[in-house]
Amino acid sequence: MSANTAVAEKYRNNFLKEIEEQVEMGDWVKMCMQCGVCSGSCPTNFQSAWEHPPQELFMMIRAGKREEVLTSSSMWNCTSCYNCIVRCPRKLPITHIMHGIAEYAHRLGMAPKLQPTRFFSGLFWKNATKTGRVNELKLSMGLYFKDGLGAGIKEGMKMKDVALGLMKAKRLNPFEIIKGHACKDQKGIQAMLKKAYEIERSRKAAKVAG
Amino acid sequence: MADIKVAAYICKGCGLGERLDTDALVKIAQKDGKVPMAKSHDFLCSADGVAMIRNDIDNEGVTHIMIGACSRRAKTEAFYFPSNAVARANLREGVIWIRPDTEEARETTQEMAEDYIRMGCAEVKAMTAPGGNPNTGSSKTLLVVGGGVTGMTTAIEASKTGYPVVLVEKTGELGGMAGKLYKRIPVHEPFKSPADTGVADLIAQVMGDSNIKVYLNATVAKTDGAPGRFVVDIATESGATHTEDIGAIVQASGFTLYDMNKLPELGGGQSPNVVDQLGLESLARAAAAGDGVIRRPSDNQPVKSVVFVQCAGQRDPTGTHLAYCSGTCCNTSIKQAMYFKDANPSVDTTIIYTDLRTPGNGEDFYRSAQEKGVIFTKGKVAQVVPNGAGSTVKFHDLILDDTEAAMADVDLVVLATGQVPNSGVDIFAAPKESEEGAVEVKPISILNLNYRQGPDVPQLKQGFTDSHFICFPYETRRTGIYTAGPVRRPMDIAQAREDATGAALKAIQALENAELGRAAHPRSGDLSFPKVRLEGCTQCKRCTVECPFGAIDEDEKRFPVFNESRCRRCGTCMGACPVRVISFENYSVNTVGAQVKAVDIPDEFSEKPRILILACENDAYPALDMAGMNRNEYSAFVRVIPIRCLGSVNTIWVTDALNAGYDGVMMMGCKHGDEYQCHFVKGSELGRVRMSKIDDTLKTLNLESERVRDLEVAITDIERVPEMINKYAAELVAVGPSPFKGF
Repeated sequence: MSANTAVAEKYRNNFLKEIEEQVEMGDWVKMCMQCGVCSGSCPTNFQSAWEHPPQELFMMIRAGKREEVLTSSSMWNCTSCYNCIVRCPRKLPITHIMHGIAEYAHRLGMAPKLQPTRFFSGLFWKNATKTGRVNELKLSMGLYFKDGLGAGIKEGMKMKDVALGLMKAKRLNPFEIIKGHACKDQKGIQAMLKKAYEIERSRKAAKVAG
Repeated sequence: MADIKVAAYICKGCGLGERLDTDALVKIAQKDGKVPMAKSHDFLCSADGVAMIRNDIDNEGVTHIMIGACSRRAKTEAFYFPSNAVARANLREGVIWIRPDTEEARETTQEMAEDYIRMGCAEVKAMTAPGGNPNTGSSKTLLVVGGGVTGMTTAIEASKTGYPVVLVEKTGELGGMAGKLYKRIPVHEPFKSPADTGVADLIAQVMGDSNIKVYLNATVAKTDGAPGRFVVDIATESGATHTEDIGAIVQASGFTLYDMNKLPELGGGQSPNVVDQLGLESLARAAAAGDGVIRRPSDNQPVKSVVFVQCAGQRDPTGTHLAYCSGTCCNTSIKQAMYFKDANPSVDTTIIYTDLRTPGNGEDFYRSAQEKGVIFTKGKVAQVVPNGAGSTVKFHDLILDDTEAAMADVDLVVLATGQVPNSGVDIFAAPKESEEGAVEVKPISILNLNYRQGPDVPQLKQGFTDSHFICFPYETRRTGIYTAGPVRRPMDIAQAREDATGAALKAIQALENAELGRAAHPRSGDLSFPKVRLEGCTQCKRCTVECPFGAIDEDEKRFPVFNESRCRRCGTCMGACPVRVISFENYSVNTVGAQVKAVDIPDEFSEKPRILILACENDAYPALDMAGMNRNEYSAFVRVIPIRCLGSVNTIWVTDALNAGYDGVMMMGCKHGDEYQCHFVKGSELGRVRMSKIDDTLKTLNLESERVRDLEVAITDIERVPEMINKYAAELVAVGPSPFKGF
């Protein structure tokens, strides 16, 4: 039984309750009064960029549309500008709820796989935790080749002049591609992260178990 | 007109002395106004100036006073001579403040002032000092019709003020609608949970008050008389009739819920598990008396899911159901959802609304319901389909724009139908043609007024009782009769209690004024009252039909019978009378007619047109005064006469003015219609209907229709009014001078 079917079984039709218990700040969802100020304030929500703006996501949660909410790409578009939090007349921490829902969908394996924000977040995390330092060259190249070799080369050529300028200014070292720099105590970092993973895993497992 | 002695006083203060030739004005008063005793004073409203006038009254036998100074709306305390007839020529706000202080304007400004002096002298001679209505009564008892929260609060408040109360309740117990509730919407911090209704406490207060006499199972069989001397027959269930002498009446007959059987598409009447809000209250009361669990009416099983349908049969644009929002049902549904959540948080409660309206501190209450887990869904319910014990609620989800949204297996559906006022008979309703075989249900009168115009107070188009919404919310169109609570407009308990207190105090003012022979609002304290020369009356009934306040009855010979205490002194009867036999002591066809004729009309070659303005004293005249205060200039060719109401304008004034050679007449009155602003409710409308026929008069005089202009003016039109005047003056230049000049 996957993580998804396990919780789905547990909460049956009560998706709001599931969100309240499983999502960070999820207990705020019920307080939305559907004024729509968040959707109108969102700088990334122009030209219907969001399939479901926050207010709509909250309504979908109350209406029990579990599948549609958790597989949505909407909450991944949030750039954490905090405009919605500042403006919400009900003081809902909307930014945090968006991240909370995104994280929960990711945890259940329901988040859209190639959504750029999600993809980049994963890439960044792997990149940074491997050596303890961010390898910018590998990070940006990883993002360029997200959609395959052809698309990657095309995207790389577009940025060619910027890259050359950075190299001239000694801000980009092409040899980083081979190994790259690392922090002094790589093993210590790995051990620390491993422990953190363990703590989180047990906490979340306990939450799912109720 | 035996021994009247007129004196004219002209003030030189406030710049009048510098801007005007006051010596010339004194001469005008003596020569044209024919007032030999004319004086000027440097500062007329000062103690010294007033002492001069008072001395002339006491020692020189002056009976009539013409004051040429500021507007009649200013310095009313200083120029207060109650036993004399007083006219005021408005030289300050009406002349120097609206004219530029330039050499070329000096001549026309002086002419304006001179005309106002002539008008003032002519007016005051046509007046007598009002003596007060002699036909008074002195009953101090308040009748309260209705024993709900509003009625009981009115009774308690009036009793606390020291006035005896008679309370009539139709049913066998006090409490009304609120008495049927389990709990009420909270009115105190922290506004989080339903509160006790407080009805039991109110009943105890009423029953324990020796100043309040309660008739249960009783109705008002007949109401006769006028404020201060109403005689009311109270019919009780036993068949006995009690007669009470009453000073003033507060009608608090409340509301009935809109009949949910008219909403079969929402399941109304289709299943015992679809109830209205009152139905749910009785379920909650039954639960509270038992184990606290609200049960489904059909099979007595505990309710596990409930849906509240807001705006059921309300805010309906099609005209089938109620067109308005009752303003209370959102808070009520929130309260009722809490009945479930407070007892058992696992009960699913959903409120389907289009716009949640939570007045007062309802926003806190709403938030509290959300915290308790009540689900709020923005949507419009299309259909409720009862299906065995459960129901399916089909709705259009307005946020997700899902027209197919539905909730299945709902145990209980509560329809938030609205408030329908118990306002009795619609006395102005057109008689309906009864359909073949249909059972005609006639509304039952609440007050059974023995008035010529009908048995109940007039209603607005939705059935709520008519009152001037902004200025006089409790006053009905029947003087001395006040309405309070949901019969006046939809409201909740908190608002009804406020209403009750206000109406009680207004009713007390009315009966006190009635005893002194004075008018109630808006001419509060006015001692003048309509007098009629019956020997000239043609029994045409216009006055009895048109009086906006039903003050005039008819005798067997169809002569008008004036009930002065019911009169608001608007003068609509005076404007309506074709034979001009109705007048007030200080306001009559003559007082205004004399002013119209007193104006000096220059010949057609002088290029000085004359425009008569008849301005409503409640809105247009203050607007003109305020235009003066703001130095908004307007034409020097206008002559303004304040009138009590557009309804009091008698067409003879307009005909006289046009015959005398005025180039145009502007009539300034309040907005009429559904959103009227007229202080006398129907006055401006009636006046306009009358004036719409002025075209015939113009035709017989062979004059252009532009010569008479009807304008809607509000008190805020301080800038607009001068613009309108100047525009009209310019238009009249194009029309050309009146052909009647110099005759």
